[in-house]
Amino acid sequence: MTINYFNEMFDGETVRDPYHGLDAWSRNMPEELRTLKQSEAEALFRRIGITFAVYGEGGSPDRLIPFDMFPRVFSAEEWRKLDRGIKQRARALNAFLVDVYGRGEIVKAGRVPARLVYGNDAFETAVCGIVPPMGVYSHIVGIDLVRTGPEEFFVLEDNCRTPSGVSYMLENREIMMRMFPGLFQEKRIAPVEAYPAILKRTLASVAPRKCEGDPRVVILTPGHFNSAYYEHSFLADQMGVELVEGQDLFVEGDFCWMRTTEGPKRVDVIYRRIDDHFLDPLCFRPDSMLGVPGLMNVYRSGGVNICSAPGAGVADDKAIYTFVPDMVRFYLGEEPILQNVPTWQCAKPDECKYVLENLSELVVKEVHGSGGYGMLVGPRATREQISAFAAKIEEDPDNYIAQPTLALSTCPTFVENGVAPRHVDLRPYCLVGERVELVPGGLTRVALKEGSLVVNSSQGGGVKDTWVLAE
Amino acid sequence: MLSRTAENLFWMARYIERAETNARLLEVGARNALIPNTSGGFRTEWDSVLQASGSAEGFYEKYGDVVERNVETWMFFDHDNPSSVASCISQARENGRIVRTALTSQVWDALNNAFSEIRAFGRTERSKISLSDLSEWTLRTTALVRGSALATQLRNDGYDFTNIGHHLERADSTARLLDVKYYVLLPQASFVGSGLDNYQWRTLLRAMSAHRAFSWAYGGEITPPKIVDFLVLNRASPRSLLTALEGASEHLDRLARGYGRSTEAQSQVRTLVGELAEMTVDDIFEEGLHEFLTRFIGDTAGLAATVHATYLNGDVR
Repeated sequence: MTINYFNEMFDGETVRDPYHGLDAWSRNMPEELRTLKQSEAEALFRRIGITFAVYGEGGSPDRLIPFDMFPRVFSAEEWRKLDRGIKQRARALNAFLVDVYGRGEIVKAGRVPARLVYGNDAFETAVCGIVPPMGVYSHIVGIDLVRTGPEEFFVLEDNCRTPSGVSYMLENREIMMRMFPGLFQEKRIAPVEAYPAILKRTLASVAPRKCEGDPRVVILTPGHFNSAYYEHSFLADQMGVELVEGQDLFVEGDFCWMRTTEGPKRVDVIYRRIDDHFLDPLCFRPDSMLGVPGLMNVYRSGGVNICSAPGAGVADDKAIYTFVPDMVRFYLGEEPILQNVPTWQCAKPDECKYVLENLSELVVKEVHGSGGYGMLVGPRATREQISAFAAKIEEDPDNYIAQPTLALSTCPTFVENGVAPRHVDLRPYCLVGERVELVPGGLTRVALKEGSLVVNSSQGGGVKDTWVLAE
Repeated sequence: MLSRTAENLFWMARYIERAETNARLLEVGARNALIPNTSGGFRTEWDSVLQASGSAEGFYEKYGDVVERNVETWMFFDHDNPSSVASCISQARENGRIVRTALTSQVWDALNNAFSEIRAFGRTERSKISLSDLSEWTLRTTALVRGSALATQLRNDGYDFTNIGHHLERADSTARLLDVKYYVLLPQASFVGSGLDNYQWRTLLRAMSAHRAFSWAYGGEITPPKIVDFLVLNRASPRSLLTALEGASEHLDRLARGYGRSTEAQSQVRTLVGELAEMTVDDIFEEGLHEFLTRFIGDTAGLAATVHATYLNGDVR
């Protein structure tokens, strides 16, 4: 089966507009220079100590992710549509969260089955009835997108908890600007460097009810052993806020405090990079050493805000994903600008039947899986793998969803002997507070293995700088 | 600043200083091993080095035999020894990594490179590395970390905590080096003043990179009173106990000014400095050098504990 993949640089023989000049740039680069630049980039990454793993992927903490120097480019017009679509989706997801932890209108209206919401593992009864400041549960929404044609963008998944990778978006750009300043003079590339400032403004805008004066924002990290620790400290540094661990915070009276060399200081907004379950041992996992005992009480009474809010995970579950376009219609009264990938839910008997009959053409995923593990890529699987997977689905159909194998677009990428197309995806980071904002760019992940469609860093994926051309 | 940040800076500095002390101890051992053994002291000169480093027990458990190669491994490479140079460097780098944003890139680079280099040492064939390579590398590396901090760090409270760590560790290490020389190496009073004694004192000065400075400062014979004066009371000596304590005192005072309040830590350090500054060499010998040093080590540890309780554990109100 030959699939015709959309090539983001070439339309037949001609170079598409956004990539104008890059084809010649890459072809004219002598091999020695390319090798030199590549090792320079690696040295820079190693020197600044940037290491990273996408949420839930794990991996050893001191690992570098391969960086590909060929940028991925969007025209201003392409980005305009993405920008509108992403913001729309981020608004709808937040409206959904406020709704399901409140009156549950969308469930009452029969648009989303109650079982999938209230029976969901990610549904957090501890936050029922809470309306966080500005009505925002998910302040940083990472929306994973794939492209299959000039106009065809699909949302692969939403990340409403604590999407990681944004430090790569910023550092990739820094390194490209340092290595190829000429390119930035030739092409007008919209800057992304305002992200930390906008993030800080966003977090400050959702200060809790009882906050007086300038809100004190902190980032809560599980600690330096965490694979995304570099990102936590990078963001703290860029925003000029303290990077705290659970042991640095304590609850007293109606507030949350941090321990400093000058005595306790009140904390207003916590951008947490630890999971819900670890936030407060009195409310969630009693064995958590990472959290702050009593934090949830302070949160409930408006003494502190937690970003993203506990419970936000129910909106980015793979079973809920199917309903996001309906949320856009239901809450915003708009038609969704970004489409979902058609999804079959094995939980429904007739859809499960279809999935089992067409396994060789579908991608099957676990509902709670991530990082490209526990999935079946039908067209690339052997007969034995398929029948083994079919048995797993039949055993626990609720745990699986299936999607067609997408013809992921390709972007030119430096490979051993020159430049070749490799498949890419995109994760932009939408910020939701008093306003909904999106910096023009995101993290492009690239499957470096020839023919591979898996972009996860743990499975041979790399990253690229993502350019949005200025208007 | 976060108490945890201050604590990591404090310990980063202590570990760097400790790595240096270990390298200096190794050098003492190597030089002393070059002269004929005179029984009556410890079994070998290496033994005394282990005693001085405070890690002798762990060594005997793991290696048993006191031979140069084993001592070198234990004190330089062995991660089972919490105060080996390798352990200290990784600890310091870990402390630095936790507070990465409180360090300038020069300081971080120096720490990070030290860490990579020591790992590379670990992979090199041992016969290709001499002991003096190891100690020289350590002295150079620790000097680079300290120098980078001196040249580039912001003079804020973090800088003070770093320096308090350096000075307290240095006070402790000079006291220990002195103590082991006098008490452990030569338990028999009859050796004091003998030729061997002088040779070993000189080695001690050499290990502190101070033998020429000593000659400049005192000239003539090396006598115990001169040594004690140089390493305990002389303000011109960079490693003397008084210099180290006054350094700690200066940075504690800066903290008090910056924070607008004085604490128990300031009064404690002032008492210690005052007492030491009033002392004479005769007072020290009267008390007994070992007794004096033991008391001093205890007082310094007490001061470190107060700094901890006041600033580093975040319980202060």
